[in-house]
Amino acid sequence: MNITLFDTIFYLLAFLTLGSAAIMVFSKNVIYSAVGLLFTFFGVAGIYVLLAADFVAVVQVLVYVGGILILLLFGVMLSNKITNIEITTETLHFLPASLVVIGIFVVLYRVFITTDWNPVGSYNFDPTTHEIGTLLMTDYLIPFEIASILLLGALIGAAYIARKD
Amino acid sequence: MITNAILILLLPLFAFVVQIFIGKRLPRQGDWLPTGAIICSFLLALPIFFDALSNYEAGHVVVQQSWEWLRFGNLEITFGIYVDNLTSIMLIVVTLISSLVHIYSIGYMQGDERYSRYFAYLCLFSFAMLGLVLVDNFFGIYCFWELVGLGSYLLIGFWFEKKSASDASKKAFITNRVGDVGMFAGIMIIFSTLGVFGFTDVFTKIADGGLSGTMLTVTGILIFFGAIGKSAQFPLHVWLPDAMEGPTPVSALIHAATMVAAGVYMVGRTFVIYTEDALLFIAIIGTITAFMAATIAIVQKDIKRVLAYSTISQLGYMMVGLGTGGYTAGLFHLTTHAFFKALLFLGSGSVIHAVHSQDMDDMGGLRKKMPITFWTFLIGTLALSGVPPFSGFWSKDAILASALEFGMNHSAYMWIFVAMLLSAGITAFYMFRLIFMTFTGQAKDQKKFDHAHESPFTMTLPLVVLAVLSVGTIWWGWIEHLLAKPELATYATVAVGAVEHSAEHGNAHLAHTIALFSSIAVAGSGILLAAVVYHWKKISAEAWGSKLKPVYNLLWNKYYFDEMYEATVIRATLWKSRIFAAFDVKIIDGFVNGIATVTSKFASLQGAIDRVGVDGMVNGVARVVGVFSNRLRTIQTGKIQTYILMALFAVLILFVLQQF
Amino acid sequence: MLAVGLNHYLILSAILFCLGLFSVVTKKNAVTVLMGVELILNAANINFIAFAKYVDNDLDGQMIALFVIVTAAAAAAVALAIVLNIYQRLKSINLDEADSLAG
Repeated sequence: MNITLFDTIFYLLAFLTLGSAAIMVFSKNVIYSAVGLLFTFFGVAGIYVLLAADFVAVVQVLVYVGGILILLLFGVMLSNKITNIEITTETLHFLPASLVVIGIFVVLYRVFITTDWNPVGSYNFDPTTHEIGTLLMTDYLIPFEIASILLLGALIGAAYIARKD
Repeated sequence: MITNAILILLLPLFAFVVQIFIGKRLPRQGDWLPTGAIICSFLLALPIFFDALSNYEAGHVVVQQSWEWLRFGNLEITFGIYVDNLTSIMLIVVTLISSLVHIYSIGYMQGDERYSRYFAYLCLFSFAMLGLVLVDNFFGIYCFWELVGLGSYLLIGFWFEKKSASDASKKAFITNRVGDVGMFAGIMIIFSTLGVFGFTDVFTKIADGGLSGTMLTVTGILIFFGAIGKSAQFPLHVWLPDAMEGPTPVSALIHAATMVAAGVYMVGRTFVIYTEDALLFIAIIGTITAFMAATIAIVQKDIKRVLAYSTISQLGYMMVGLGTGGYTAGLFHLTTHAFFKALLFLGSGSVIHAVHSQDMDDMGGLRKKMPITFWTFLIGTLALSGVPPFSGFWSKDAILASALEFGMNHSAYMWIFVAMLLSAGITAFYMFRLIFMTFTGQAKDQKKFDHAHESPFTMTLPLVVLAVLSVGTIWWGWIEHLLAKPELATYATVAVGAVEHSAEHGNAHLAHTIALFSSIAVAGSGILLAAVVYHWKKISAEAWGSKLKPVYNLLWNKYYFDEMYEATVIRATLWKSRIFAAFDVKIIDGFVNGIATVTSKFASLQGAIDRVGVDGMVNGVARVVGVFSNRLRTIQTGKIQTYILMALFAVLILFVLQQF
Repeated sequence: MLAVGLNHYLILSAILFCLGLFSVVTKKNAVTVLMGVELILNAANINFIAFAKYVDNDLDGQMIALFVIVTAAAAAAVALAIVLNIYQRLKSINLDEADSLAG
């Protein structure tokens, strides 16, 4: 059993993802958490690339890193005094949460290991952008349109909710 | 012409509607609107009048048109306009006097709190009166008849803060209702036997024998009951003197020219349906009314009450005229009387306006202070007293002639003529008593005398106009032609040959001559007596009054009519009401209360079962739930993450159960 | 065992999911809770794409992942608006203080 380059890259990316995710979860400083989340997103994007999903990986970087994370950072800053350096977060019911989460992980692990997924043998690494574009305009046209309406609604709703009254 | 007739009717209605709703907000509180409307009506009535005048022959109809109004199955009620000679004269009388009263009221009612509403009511009344005159069937005349009653109710009670005014308006309304019931019954007899309402249809069917004999007599008398109420005939005359509580222009309009004339007009309109017996009944009622009212007027001290009783007396004259077959005479007197009595009322209003009192004991010597009022009032008095050449002389003379002729033909009823002649003398006496007490001699109340002044232009103008119309020569000739007596036979579809003249010509001529001279004689002696007593004071009225104490008291108390009604009708009604009330309280209430008691006992038993059994059970369940809920609510912390944790725990358990 | 297959991705996503879940349940700060939600969504996306590659070998999973990303963006925007609103009212974004629904 030899470890290929592909496997090595996977382990590195998995380490990056889980490590930064752990920093994000266990850090008391919200800013540190945000930075940890940034690296988690990068790591996940890398995983996508390994899974031959180049377009999704790019979208992941663009939307999560460029959009959602910035949004979260704004949320942090708008809801705390900027001058206050210690923007911390406290935790509550740490022990019961740990037990439940570990329990859930155990169950999931068991399910994943014991199930026979019937994987197919051959994988191709062709670019997917063209095909995704075609699918968006054909089979997924209605979800695509609905998603646009959803975004519009979220835009208006967010502006409405956040306004000072 | 039909357009004219409709506009005459609708203009006052329009003015009323506008005035009652937005009158207060119009400039000058909108007094110009009803005044203008009624003047327009007068101008529109002129062509109709001249059309009638230029077509002299009897039975000429200027306008006749009707429309379907209501239909219930087979019953069809039409509503139409019927204008003949009589109507055209009535239109002129009503619109002209109404216009003058409107103009006069602008001065008289100045500054009143409800100035605009007064004009609205006045206009409503004019509308009702014009409708009454114009309408072409019994049903319509009844409707407008009641509307006239409403208008008079509103106007008499216009100053309803005064108890006497509101009482008077109720008295007028209720007394009128008594007569109206009879009229309604009469109309129903006509409708149930003949099945039609229209005047021409009814007359035609009666002429063809659809209704005759005693039944027709009864019908005629019943319909005449309406006139007894409206025209204040004996024994329903009691409302008219009390109605003097209304504003004086209203008295002039309602109680001189229009409302009281409505009864006479109605008798004239339906003249052909009265049998000889019915006419006799009318004549007797008229005689009693005329004589009785004239005697009461002698002793009255209130200037308006004197005029009120004189009005009742003159209405009696008209009824006598009609009842003795002098159709022309009766309606002629209606017309002339309308003008000179309106003049007298407006003149008295002018006096009241000046001295702020209605009691003749407060007046005297006003001739110099109020020259226009005096001279016009004098003309009206002369006309009413029957002095030639004023209008009242000609009409009253015609009635006396008619009564005398009747007496010559039926000698048993000669007393009608005698009573009428006597009343004519009394009339002259009390009218000049009024003049002497009010306008000549010394002022009895110096303060009020100093305050007195001539009335403004809007009030004197109508006086002058009416005074001109009270001069007799302008009535000469034409009115007899217009008011030619209608014959039932003209309505018969089957020709009945030449109509027989019941009165011999010689008799008529003789009667006229006698009536002419005797009426001048009694009027002159009445005036002379009044002058002797009240001007030169040769005879003391007080002395004679105390000498004839019982008679004086009888007259002063108006023959005790009010007391009599109080003792009989009103007492009886109250007594009957008390019996019914007792029946109500004792028996009906007892029964109802008994049922209520039983129900209430039964209900309290059910209530106990409810409280102990059902409620106990329900409350027990509620209490158990409450205890458990109090325990459970501690779980709900409001912290959302706790909920999530619990949900996850549950999910985990489900997973575990699924997997192992 | 060390050769990377479907299971590796699944376990990676499971760990990520559990970390996100833990963050959602334990953090007081609302923004950190939102970060946890994003982690959970990423874990789900990894699953979608992994199954799309190893089981179906087509693009449907990727399409779903794309829509999840879109929905997550919308959810984040609205959620942050709510956070700001809560902050205006309570002068705090600690979720344990927003307990006016307590029974």
